[in-house]
Amino acid sequence: MNAAGRLTALSLLLLTAACAGGDKVLLLPPEPGAAPGSVAVLSDDGKTAAVIDTPNTEARLGGASVEARAVDPGAVQDRYGSLIDTLPAPPAVFVLYFREGTVTLTPESRPALDALLAEVGKRPGAEVQVTGHTDRVGHQAANDALSVARATEVASMLVAEGLDPALLVTAGRGEREPLVPTADGVREPRNRRVAITVR
Amino acid sequence: MTGRVVAALLAAILLAAAPASAADIGRVKRATGDAAVLRAGKKLPAKPGLVIQNADVLMTGPGGRIAVTFIDNSRFSAGPDSQVSLDTFTFNSTTHDGAFVSRVEKGSLAIISGQIAKKTPDAMKIRTPTSILGVRGTRFVVEVAP
Repeated sequence: MNAAGRLTALSLLLLTAACAGGDKVLLLPPEPGAAPGSVAVLSDDGKTAAVIDTPNTEARLGGASVEARAVDPGAVQDRYGSLIDTLPAPPAVFVLYFREGTVTLTPESRPALDALLAEVGKRPGAEVQVTGHTDRVGHQAANDALSVARATEVASMLVAEGLDPALLVTAGRGEREPLVPTADGVREPRNRRVAITVR
Repeated sequence: MTGRVVAALLAAILLAAAPASAADIGRVKRATGDAAVLRAGKKLPAKPGLVIQNADVLMTGPGGRIAVTFIDNSRFSAGPDSQVSLDTFTFNSTTHDGAFVSRVEKGSLAIISGQIAKKTPDAMKIRTPTSILGVRGTRFVVEVAP
């Protein structure tokens, strides 16, 4: 075999190795509006062995070391376009607001009900999570309970509007996730709300 | 203030009743071709709306596809000839603490992480036959070729 022949054989060998079976991970660009993320390759004891944090880079797994390499976006589309397109749509979130310390909706929140019912109709296999929130007046335990009460109130309202109860789950986040961050004990109407996630 | 106390009491009573769907961790959103969910040895045909439970296995044959949204807003899409075991799923919808460990035995899986990974980096893990991946809030693909 001459030098050129050996080189070709070597290239083929490398090419075969690159296409052979095994595990790999490819980081995709984040969804529009989402923060960029990363994937860590962990050792058996949970320590970080490598981090892949550049979109459109790929790493073969299971070897002695992890080396990420760039993949052309066109090649990503060719290989995984259908897989990515099959991912479910991002959950849609609707927000309803309440009068202070009550489970009574503000009048402005009524139209959002219609919008979310329409969204449920558009999604095959939809489910609806109703999550209550409070402002930071009162103790955390009381606010946890109040947030659940608000969620339960909205859930029964949705059932009255014709939503199948089997699609509904309720949750309360208390004062943990304020829309507008405030000090403890501060009245804030925008934080007295129920978020409805349509998945 | 009285309203708040009454509401709190009402909610405490409601909280005492355990939700009937505690084992439900997600729902099938899309399924095409040969796509099924393996549960306790039984193969359930996948269709939109099918409830997914802890320890289920997502299975597809040639040309099959299945997509699932989980209750923490994580989303999966498995390609043809795939097998994905949902080994561990715990999620507290109040605190967002939880753990989500899946195993890609074969095939391909696209993943968008949700609230579990957002609250606690590496609480969501994807295992492959050779490796463990810790998810830090992102969108990615794992492939396990034969």
